[in-house]
Amino acid sequence: MDKRTLSNIEVPVYKEKFDIEDSQPGKYPFTRGVYSTMYRGRYWTMRQYSGFSTAKETNERFLLLLNKGQTGLSCAFDLPTQMGYDSDDEIAQGEVGKVGVAIDTVEDMKILFDGIDLSKVSTSMTINAPAMVLLAMYIVVAEESGVDASQIRGTIQNDILKEYIARGTYIYPPKQSMRLITDIFEYCAENYKKFNTISISGYHIREAGSTAVQELAFTLTNAREYVRAALSKGLDIDVFAKRLSFFFNAHNDFFEEIAKFRAARRMWARMMKDEFGAKDEKSMMLRFHAQTAGSSLTAQQPENNIVRVTLQALAAVLGGTQSLHTNSKDEALALPTNASVTTALRTQQVIAHESGVANTADPLGGSYYVEWLTDELEKQAKSLINEVEEIGVLDAIASGVIQTKIHESAYEHEKLLNQKERIIVGVNDFVQEDTEVPELMKVPDSVSQDQINNLKKVKSERDQEKVDKVLSKLKEIASTDNNIFPVVLDAVRARASLGEISNTLRDVFGVYRPSFTI
Amino acid sequence: MSNEGIYRVVIAKIGLDGHDRGAKVVARALRDAGMEVIYTGLHQTPENIVEIALQEDANAIGISILSGAHNFLVKKLMKLLKKRNIDDVKVFVGGIIPDADIGVLEELGVIGVFGPGTPLDEIVLFVKENVEPVI
Repeated sequence: MDKRTLSNIEVPVYKEKFDIEDSQPGKYPFTRGVYSTMYRGRYWTMRQYSGFSTAKETNERFLLLLNKGQTGLSCAFDLPTQMGYDSDDEIAQGEVGKVGVAIDTVEDMKILFDGIDLSKVSTSMTINAPAMVLLAMYIVVAEESGVDASQIRGTIQNDILKEYIARGTYIYPPKQSMRLITDIFEYCAENYKKFNTISISGYHIREAGSTAVQELAFTLTNAREYVRAALSKGLDIDVFAKRLSFFFNAHNDFFEEIAKFRAARRMWARMMKDEFGAKDEKSMMLRFHAQTAGSSLTAQQPENNIVRVTLQALAAVLGGTQSLHTNSKDEALALPTNASVTTALRTQQVIAHESGVANTADPLGGSYYVEWLTDELEKQAKSLINEVEEIGVLDAIASGVIQTKIHESAYEHEKLLNQKERIIVGVNDFVQEDTEVPELMKVPDSVSQDQINNLKKVKSERDQEKVDKVLSKLKEIASTDNNIFPVVLDAVRARASLGEISNTLRDVFGVYRPSFTI
Repeated sequence: MSNEGIYRVVIAKIGLDGHDRGAKVVARALRDAGMEVIYTGLHQTPENIVEIALQEDANAIGISILSGAHNFLVKKLMKLLKKRNIDDVKVFVGGIIPDADIGVLEELGVIGVFGPGTPLDEIVLFVKENVEPVI
């Protein structure tokens, strides 16, 4: 019987010797890693994606993780926040604080980072359509806590294309969304030079069911679209490209994942140098965050997930990640408890400090199988990239071409499970009836009312005239070509809410409605 | 299946949740099993879903939700169906639903709750056995 990777690449019994491209870590095209000493210089950033309930509860989780040795923060926002709605909006009912923390104004953001020195920590925020507003809030928290805001470090996800493709938290149409993104590139390049202005994400494309090849291809086609948008705004590639970062999935097929990370670096470096004429090597370096695959977690026999996460995390480390989130064992059932998230963090610490895998850069470089697989993924992804390029990324999204390809892969996977041609331990084989359900975290429904009360209080204490003025200015600027970031900052400083700012932009930009369904 | 009548199923994403991998896969599996399936797309309110089910003359609604807002949103949907005297449309739910909430949903009249890892065959069979086809 033939053996195939999760991306359906036929695997040889063994890979015979062949000539391997000679390259070094820290040197173009960076196949072997973006830094010459890799983890000998510094470990990857251990960054657990966290957020639930109100800012106060999430702040406690942040402090707990930092106290246990986490080295960066990563914030999960609830769905109303991600969609630009305030907690008191009718559409937010039932959703406040459920999948992340609820943030309505900069006052919530202050509580979220209470006791945390923003000049010391780097913070990643999973926020897309309203990324500018949340980044503005972060900046204002820094300003008002006496930190030099120009020194803040972190990443906003800010990747709208994959929202249309795979994740669903879009607000505005593509053209206006791309404008917001390039406004952020431009303003940050001048004022917040250490902040990564985008995290171009394959993670969610993979979670939606794509193969590794599709994840690689669609992430790079999206990346290319952002570069083009920035160039057509007149931005200098060697200024903005240094602040582009990536986010990939670390899935089950161990060697295929390692090969994927290596191929991604090489493909990006070549694209930046050959296609876009970047001169600075930093513009060619694909720096990425990895998260273990949420969709690979099983609700059945949840203890087994610790093993899955360990293997996936190891693949990310051997693949040269700059930052890592390890999932908790209970996340197919609910948000993780303090205990389960601690084990997930400890998994990274064991890999870093005990296993020895971090002592040398790209330890699998030169393995015939891994090198061959790296080439193979590159080849297959390239052909898919060309296919999308012919249609155009935005048209391929609008017509559902990309989404349909992902759906086909997802359905194929499910059919293979149904026929037991792919095995998931505890799900379609090695099933047992008597597993214990662990104690789960639950977000109380009272969070919603607490949040609505907080918002009411902020609104009653602010200078309403100032808010009205800045929002009407925002409306005015939004309909010109001028950068709107400074006005959004002023709106946040005046305590305008996320919903008020987003609704002002909805009035000018309109909203996105997909024109097709599968 | 033609002599057994027609199954018309609305597969719906309720609330703000954007995870539709499961919804689309289940929709496809039911379609491949010979049923007529209408997928609503993302971000549907309970009101929208009831309207779609009525317009499409559906005999079942499959709700997909992974956001934790199921107790509020599914309750609202079930109340709407009751208020409008729609008792011939069966509702089943799939997603991340903690065990403790399954009973709550069933008490509201939901006929089945499916968690992660449920085989597609099981869902298809469940619909065939528990939903009255349109003759």
